[in-house]
Amino acid sequence: MSVTQMPQPRTPNSDHDQTVTSRADHNRIIHARNEGMSLDLEWLDLARANYSALQRRCKTIGTRRSVKKHWQAAWLLKALTCIDLTTLNSDDTPGRVRRLCAKARNPVRRDLLEALGMGEHDIHTGAVCVYHEMVETAVKALEGSGIPVAAVSTGFPHGLSPFPQRVAEIKASVAAGAGEIDIVITRHHVLNGNWQALYDEMSAYREACGEARVKAILGTGELATMRNVAKASLVCMMAGADFIKTSTGKEKVNATLPFTLIMVRMIREYEERTGFKVGYKPAGGISTAKDALNYQFLMNEELGHEWLQPDLFRFGASSLLADIERQLEHFVTGRYSAFNRHPAG
Amino acid sequence: MTQPASKTVAEAFDALDYGTSPESDAQAKEWLASHKDGVMKLFIGGKFVSPTAENGRETSFDVFNPANGAPLMKAAQASAADVDKAVKAARKAQKGWAGLKGFERARYLYAIARLMQKHARLFAVLETLDNGKTIRETRDIDVPLAVRHFYHHAGWAQLAEKEFPDYEPLGVAGQIIPWNFPLLMLAWKIAPAIALGNTVVLKPAEQTPLTAILFAQICCEAGLPDGVVNIVTGDGATGAALVNHEGIDKLAFTGSTEIGRLIRKNSAGSGKALTLELGGKSPFIVFEDADLDSAVEGVVDAIWFNQGEVCCGGSRLLVQESIAERFIGKLLRRMESLRVGDPMDKSMDMGSVVDAAQLERITGLVNKAVADGACLHQPCGSPSDFAKLGNGKGCFYPPTLLTDVEPSDEIAQTEVFGPVLAAITFKNQDEAVSIANNTVYGLAASVWSENINMALELAPRIKAGVVWVNATNQFDAAAGFGGYRESGYGREGGREGLFAYMRPKYEAKLPLIKPAKAKVAPKESSAANASDSLIDRTAKNYIGGKQQRPDGNYSLPVYAADGSLAGHVGEGNRKDIRNAVEAAHKAEGWAATDAHLRSQILYYIGENLAARKAEFCALIASLTGQSKSAAEKEFMTGLERVFSYAGWCDKYEGVVHTPPQQSVVLAMNEPIGVVGVVCPEDAPFASFLSLVMPVIAMGNRAVVIPCESAPLIATALYQVFDTSDLSGGVINIVTGRHSELVKPLAEHDGVDSVWYFGHGGQSAAVEAMTLGNLKQSWVNHGKARNWSDPAQAEGREFLRRATQVKNIWVPYGESFAASGGY
Repeated sequence: MSVTQMPQPRTPNSDHDQTVTSRADHNRIIHARNEGMSLDLEWLDLARANYSALQRRCKTIGTRRSVKKHWQAAWLLKALTCIDLTTLNSDDTPGRVRRLCAKARNPVRRDLLEALGMGEHDIHTGAVCVYHEMVETAVKALEGSGIPVAAVSTGFPHGLSPFPQRVAEIKASVAAGAGEIDIVITRHHVLNGNWQALYDEMSAYREACGEARVKAILGTGELATMRNVAKASLVCMMAGADFIKTSTGKEKVNATLPFTLIMVRMIREYEERTGFKVGYKPAGGISTAKDALNYQFLMNEELGHEWLQPDLFRFGASSLLADIERQLEHFVTGRYSAFNRHPAG
Repeated sequence: MTQPASKTVAEAFDALDYGTSPESDAQAKEWLASHKDGVMKLFIGGKFVSPTAENGRETSFDVFNPANGAPLMKAAQASAADVDKAVKAARKAQKGWAGLKGFERARYLYAIARLMQKHARLFAVLETLDNGKTIRETRDIDVPLAVRHFYHHAGWAQLAEKEFPDYEPLGVAGQIIPWNFPLLMLAWKIAPAIALGNTVVLKPAEQTPLTAILFAQICCEAGLPDGVVNIVTGDGATGAALVNHEGIDKLAFTGSTEIGRLIRKNSAGSGKALTLELGGKSPFIVFEDADLDSAVEGVVDAIWFNQGEVCCGGSRLLVQESIAERFIGKLLRRMESLRVGDPMDKSMDMGSVVDAAQLERITGLVNKAVADGACLHQPCGSPSDFAKLGNGKGCFYPPTLLTDVEPSDEIAQTEVFGPVLAAITFKNQDEAVSIANNTVYGLAASVWSENINMALELAPRIKAGVVWVNATNQFDAAAGFGGYRESGYGREGGREGLFAYMRPKYEAKLPLIKPAKAKVAPKESSAANASDSLIDRTAKNYIGGKQQRPDGNYSLPVYAADGSLAGHVGEGNRKDIRNAVEAAHKAEGWAATDAHLRSQILYYIGENLAARKAEFCALIASLTGQSKSAAEKEFMTGLERVFSYAGWCDKYEGVVHTPPQQSVVLAMNEPIGVVGVVCPEDAPFASFLSLVMPVIAMGNRAVVIPCESAPLIATALYQVFDTSDLSGGVINIVTGRHSELVKPLAEHDGVDSVWYFGHGGQSAAVEAMTLGNLKQSWVNHGKARNWSDPAQAEGREFLRRATQVKNIWVPYGESFAASGGY
């Protein structure tokens, strides 16, 4: 096939209205949910990813843009609302999860919010992200807050448990009240170029999610090449992923700006062809306010303002919030802050 | 264009605008204020001195911030007398400086690099205020690269004695630099020069003199001996005084092709070595299999870097037809998010162009292009929107894309030196190469394809000194930079760049050419070669592998040393030269012949030559009057030379640079093209082969004007070439009077380099004749070489003159956590 014969954009399976009715309004969804499309292998063939060029672009993301003063405070507050506040440890307890949920509801000290002139705003994190075991606890703790519970699923982090169990795990979490499901893909489908298998798997996960949003974790650090990351992104979007997400946080290499760059470019291309806006979630290793800003700059430059909002952008992070709190206090007081001045989560 | 900025956190939370993020200019202002009466002085002989008045001229001129029109400072206008003082100071310092041990010079360069690093932000801010380029670029690109240049050359200062034991510095260098990268160009000029033991007088551009004066202060802080570096600020008159000063040994210029040509003209015959880094219209070639999004970002770095005021900027976008529409669509979308404005704001992609004159030039060329039918795209705003920036006193021009451009349009040929990209489409790689090379320039090129076979095939086919594969505007001190064709000659950076500031030690000792001894008066009515020729032989020109009668159909007699008529050669004229150059161009395939095959052919020439030893020895003896043994010695010298270059064919190889960027940089020695060779009268056999063999060994084609006194040797040689599998047109020989032939050869715009070793005293004229296409020249300045001495007549010096270095940047990387590298 020559490149002139571009695959035609598929007509979405259903008309995408402005607003999708969701179980709750907490996602603030203002765009149509990705309906997916049939697997288009020709499109995959066209995917290109020049790693060194991606790296060069990323190296200047944080030097080409800078926000200071009240702009910086505003961007960081926005970043905070995009955090999937996460705990994914083998020693998590219900008590620990409840504390985290309380922090998600009140991520910034009240007096600081007032000082920032944001007292009227309902500032909370994008979601709380836990294992299935903790979904019920979290749902209860977040009741009435509008904050969704996200459950990692499908045999997280490796995704190699029996397939029926993976699907059942999704259903169980949804039944337990999870509004979002973070699935992990089978990496060997990507490494072996078995795109149909990946597509089928992702389609099944999406179906099992029902109304819950599904985030597809690619495990980018294990996909060997940027081109694989690009193709896996496309396949997951074709199969109906609402978000594509870099990592479980458990790989050797987790979220990086170059992964982000290639993935958001695929999101852009997918939108250009299908009209569907797919969200993006970097996860793992993003722990400073400066890191967060760099990701925001990249999203804004490559995709635009819409992708700075929590319905299309999330950080998978556990310690990022604490650094943002310190920066916000510094803005308010003019003094550098300390961790112990901010309530623990 | 930016919208009104949010005023509160709540507003910004909704708008998510970048707001403003200004770099402070406090320390820079303090520095500016430190100059007495607001006037910067000249830096001569280690002291800051006031300029001397020149009849009727102001002794200072205003320096403005182009982003808001605010006056920054006054700079001194150096007069001819000041330039003279500076050159004398440099001269006085040179011997002592060159006499220092490499280690001593290295310590000074290292100290300069360190001090520049310590004052890095001051340099960056001053550069931004002075030039209008963004603080991001001065801070992250200009200054670090300049510092790196001094570190790198501190190393060369240390190593040069051992690495180049047969070379010496040139002496005093006069250096003139442009306004687009003031500090970086200063570093490119000064670092290699002083590393090797030269001293310099540098003139910064009058638009941007600030960082040069700060640099002068750093030289003082580093304790650099007085006179090693001298800075004279001023306008074109100061530059002219420098170019024309007799005390200068070397001129180095970066700037427009127009001024470069003027400098070549004015310095012709002066004996000053010259390197020029001039304009460009560099192609940015995107193939259908490229990572298009990355290529779009490449375009941003190519033409919207430094407001497009980049000599190697990718100003011609060549995009494959099959993806043109898609690519342009992506590019237009990308352009929308470019931010242009106050260059001191850390979130700007582009700042102000350098001054109103440049703004006017850009505006005029774009308007003309639109009038010519180009389609204008300025998604970030129109020029009138941009005129409002900087309180209406800035010099801002929007990022501009012109489509519907054909290669023949002016905008596709003329260097704009602004943020203006002209897009052209092509159908396949051959057409891409042909459009890419359809320019008088040859500075740089960028090739985007995920197919390494395609990229590495294309890189050598594009006539440019630098080729970036899947990248653009990458620079490093270790990799040479410089052009082909009218983009100039000489390299800056890397090992190849050092040759611009040193010469072989023997050169200074060469004697003047002795006037030819009058031959014995021609004997009347002596029959040509009567003794040993049964049938009259006709020596003709040798063009395109064929013996051709001269166009004018006249012949010249050739006399033996004893006055007897040795025979006739054709009296060539300008049309024969034209035909020979034409034939040489047609033999372009020779350049692509593999080195082994070229080597085999040269050996074969040697083989056939040896078989005719007796004949050649007799001819040499008869025509030169040398003894039999001396003639045999010359024959053996010539034969050995053929063997030498047969050996060199596959050994004069390039190097691989490893810059800090994750790239391999292939510095390839490429043939220059068609080389005109004018032969000397002495040792006519050995000198012919000494000059012609390195030329063709490296893949060039030669158009040779043999000596006047013994041209029958050259015409006898073509029979050897003819029987040695040498393709037609690789060597072309036109016999005749040098007074007639040298001019059309040296002036020919299809000749890429000219070597003048003639005895007609035409060195100055030949240098002046190169102006048309700014071809390279190598002339003898009336000095004689000993053609039997391999140190003077053979080897790397000749090979270097027969080649030009192309740096091909190949970035690599695929693994996410790889630590290995080249």
